[in-house]
Amino acid sequence: MSQLLIEIFSEEIPARMQQGGARDLERMASDAFKKAGLTWESLTTYGGPRRLTLVVEGLPAATPDLNEELKGPKTSAPAQALEGFLRKTGLTQDQLVERDGVYYAQVSQKGRATTEVVAETLDHIFHTMSWPKSQRWGSGSFRWVRPIHRIIALFDGAVIPYALDLGSTIGGEGKKIVASNVTEGHRFMGAGQPFEVTDFADYRTKLERNFVVLSFEDRKAKVLDGAKAVCAAKGLELVDDIGLLDEVAGLAEWPTPILGDMDPQFLALPPEVVRLSMKVHQKYFAVSQPGAEGLAPHYVVVANVEAADRGKALAAGNTKVLSARLNDARFFWEEDQKVGFDKWNEKLSGVTFHAKLGTMAERVERIAKLAAEIAPLVGADAAEAEKAARLSKADLASGMVGEFPELQGIMGGYYARLAGQPDAIADAIRDHYKPQGPSDSVPTAPLTVAIALADKIDTLVGFFAIDEKPTGSKDPYALRRAALGTIRLVEASDVRMPLMTAILNGLAAIAVGAQKSGFTHIQEGEKIFDVNKIDIKPFVSKDRFILYGILDKETAELGSVSIEDQREYLGGEIVVPSLLAFFADRLTVLLRDQGQRHDLVAAVFALGDDDLVRIVSRVEALSGFLATDDGANLLAGYKRASNILKAEEKKGALPSGEVSTSMANQPTEEVALANATATADAAVNMALETEDFAAAMTALAALRAPVDAFFNGVMVNSDVAEERDNRLKLLVQVREVMGRVADFGQIAG
Amino acid sequence: MPRTDERLMVRASRNRTECRPVAATEPLSFQDLILTLHAYWSEQGCAILQPYDIEVGAGTLHPSTVLRALGKKPWKAAYVQPSRRPGDGRYGENPNRLQHYYQYQVILKPNPDNLQELYLNSLKAIGIDPSLHDIRFVEDDWENPTVGAWGLGWEVWCDGMEVTQFTYFQGVGGIEVDVVSGELTYGLERLAMYVQGVDNVYDLKFNKEGLTYGEVFLENERQQSEANFHGYDVAGLKRRFEDMEAEASRLLSMTGPQGQPLVLPAYDQVLKASHLFNLMDARGAIAVAERQSYIGRIRDLCKACATAQVEQERREEAAAEAKNA
Repeated sequence: MSQLLIEIFSEEIPARMQQGGARDLERMASDAFKKAGLTWESLTTYGGPRRLTLVVEGLPAATPDLNEELKGPKTSAPAQALEGFLRKTGLTQDQLVERDGVYYAQVSQKGRATTEVVAETLDHIFHTMSWPKSQRWGSGSFRWVRPIHRIIALFDGAVIPYALDLGSTIGGEGKKIVASNVTEGHRFMGAGQPFEVTDFADYRTKLERNFVVLSFEDRKAKVLDGAKAVCAAKGLELVDDIGLLDEVAGLAEWPTPILGDMDPQFLALPPEVVRLSMKVHQKYFAVSQPGAEGLAPHYVVVANVEAADRGKALAAGNTKVLSARLNDARFFWEEDQKVGFDKWNEKLSGVTFHAKLGTMAERVERIAKLAAEIAPLVGADAAEAEKAARLSKADLASGMVGEFPELQGIMGGYYARLAGQPDAIADAIRDHYKPQGPSDSVPTAPLTVAIALADKIDTLVGFFAIDEKPTGSKDPYALRRAALGTIRLVEASDVRMPLMTAILNGLAAIAVGAQKSGFTHIQEGEKIFDVNKIDIKPFVSKDRFILYGILDKETAELGSVSIEDQREYLGGEIVVPSLLAFFADRLTVLLRDQGQRHDLVAAVFALGDDDLVRIVSRVEALSGFLATDDGANLLAGYKRASNILKAEEKKGALPSGEVSTSMANQPTEEVALANATATADAAVNMALETEDFAAAMTALAALRAPVDAFFNGVMVNSDVAEERDNRLKLLVQVREVMGRVADFGQIAG
Repeated sequence: MPRTDERLMVRASRNRTECRPVAATEPLSFQDLILTLHAYWSEQGCAILQPYDIEVGAGTLHPSTVLRALGKKPWKAAYVQPSRRPGDGRYGENPNRLQHYYQYQVILKPNPDNLQELYLNSLKAIGIDPSLHDIRFVEDDWENPTVGAWGLGWEVWCDGMEVTQFTYFQGVGGIEVDVVSGELTYGLERLAMYVQGVDNVYDLKFNKEGLTYGEVFLENERQQSEANFHGYDVAGLKRRFEDMEAEASRLLSMTGPQGQPLVLPAYDQVLKASHLFNLMDARGAIAVAERQSYIGRIRDLCKACATAQVEQERREEAAAEAKNA
């Protein structure tokens, strides 16, 4: 068994692409080797700034020999069929075996040398592996992420004959990179000469000796350990940042953390600003003082060299660059404070949110309207919510957010506090974008929740109204995140908000907002209405509406308007159901992630409820109920009843009316079920009224025994018509009572 | 670890011997920096050109880069190009930002295999010792929408400061290139500030006689900033933009004595139009909605120049082939 070592040595691969490249290499090599019939003990890849490495242990010297019998044409088949078979197998007729009137060929294929398979695989990988971005270089036609300089291809210590043809765009032969056993170390710290390697262990050792850490995980550990150590040496603490760690581990072959000093005056800036400025522009880690608030006046830069002067010149250089960066940030911080919310809001009317959804100022107005509607539901003051919403997007026009879009909201919060706004408003501005991702915290302050919900609902309704729904993996406006954020906000604060009303309010806000920004007429079908004279809400229940803006409001006649601009929206009858279904999907995903069955969500959604809190507690109660013996058996009983009713429905309308309990010779099981159903009916109603879903389930559980007994002891399909009708009526009633709790027909089981 | 230290010292001394004596002793003045780069790239076989005599926003726009990057003919050149960015003017009050600054531009077509090495040696030549400093190639894919050009490469960092844009050209004027050019753009002021250890651009030593960068350019920044932000007549700029636009199209439809399209004069008009657009932008006369349309108009003209140039080269090739046959 032998070892294979491949290295593709290139110019600096973008940090964000290295690990993806290593994964692709692993996948493509495994697939190709498997297909060729090779087996191996282990296959590992490494991705780094200048190299992709593949090492496979335990490969055989060749693929196994292949012996098989191929079935040919019948002996009675036309001559052409036989000729074709002989061509295919490369045999002559006397080499074929005849059995039961059919020709068979014994084909044996010698195994191929592994080196041959590797060379072929390598060429295939070079020509088909896809990078997020790739380039040509020189006059070659070959594409790769960055120019390749060397290839190592070693099998069992010997170089595999292989050359990568770079092709040519100017005619003639292209350049070739011939595989060898040679590589290079660190760009600046290595021996300065290429060196030969004999196998993977030798390769790894020599790289290390030439200041290259091969594995990504090792480089990350070197960064983290080193960074913590340089901090600890000065009694400081590193501020962890996983994303940054991954990035810097892709930017250095010999990562060397160095502690640098920052002018303490910059600590007067918000810590988010300092951190982001260091991270985005300079890729520095922030540093804190144990036990103290905020940041310490230091940073950690991860250099790629151990400098001869132990990093003195290097740290001085970095400090200077950081000062320039933070000076820029301070400039924005100071200038922004001179401008303020009014001017920024003015600017927002010149910023397009989306061509069909108007300007950012229009959006703010819609959010303000929605926030006022939502405020009472979350225990916030409507007027205050409207005010906070009107300030919520102003910072988008500030210099700082222009430079660092990631600081949206955060800067608004700071500037609002500086401008003397109460904390509740500043917090609402700061946190209204939350929750941004699955790991982000969910705000619960009432005012913040009102703005955060309004923000998300406007986004969702707006893009659904202009028919920009997410499709497949494409979700350019992050609508899935907005829906999920809405659900999490509602859950965290127990917000009782009927979604349908919220959606209709969203659509109304679009219409009202458009009216304010110069749109003066709405067309619905052939009719044109003056928006000032109609009630917007009934409008948004229609299929679609078109808003018109008119050049001259004074003189324009209805019906013969000169149209300056026109926007068309899908109305409530289209937006409401599709957006509700979208929420159902998101909720299903969320609950599934929490371990709930997706069919239970469907069973609850089928009831047409649009209150997320209620839906979730129903699903939870249902899930608990079905886990019990009573639940599982009652579900089976429901299915049985439902199947009988479905079969009967096909024959004609089901009988309706009161269930009789005083018929002659009526089985006791039938009477018992009728009584139990009547009891459950009342109990379920009461439980649902108080939204006590556990109680509703208990009420249903009481049906289990009578239902089972009924099916065991009573024949529904009686020859006596009255008996049959009465039993069907009873089953209809059982189905109806259960159906009020959930659509049990949607539940698998 | 003493073992490592020993090696570090050996390496450091080796690098020192590689450096030119001038680098090890005294930091280069601004003009010596340029002269050193000239000498270095001349040594590598580049034609040392002079700045183009039309205002441009970046060294790339010099016809020696944009137009020469097209077609299959090899080309090597290096030059200094003043870059005019009217909106970046700060009246001489910002230590880092200028509306007129210099770029050192190198174009090598096709890019040599050892372009990174050649580049790193140029840094050593100007006195940046890679054993003392942290030199990094950080992904930065370059794109210039106004000339429809794009490429892959890096910004080169020296101790966290971007000192050079390193690009493998992939397309120009919306056309994918036949042969890839390697393009290096050094920010001269930044590099000089780094080499000289100066915090304010105006304090740079321009030469060895004590002349500063500020003495040469401060007054220019003050006056030009005022003109850029408040001086130019917007209506006039707009009119001239349209004139240049029309002129470029007209010239492009004409042919020269050998039947060639007048790409070079037409491209000159495009550059002028582009600068007029930048001036209008600095005056705040370009509405958000108009912006894309202006950029699109310039890009279309660039594209027309690039296409004409490529077609002409194809015609010449075909003619040469016919002659040989």
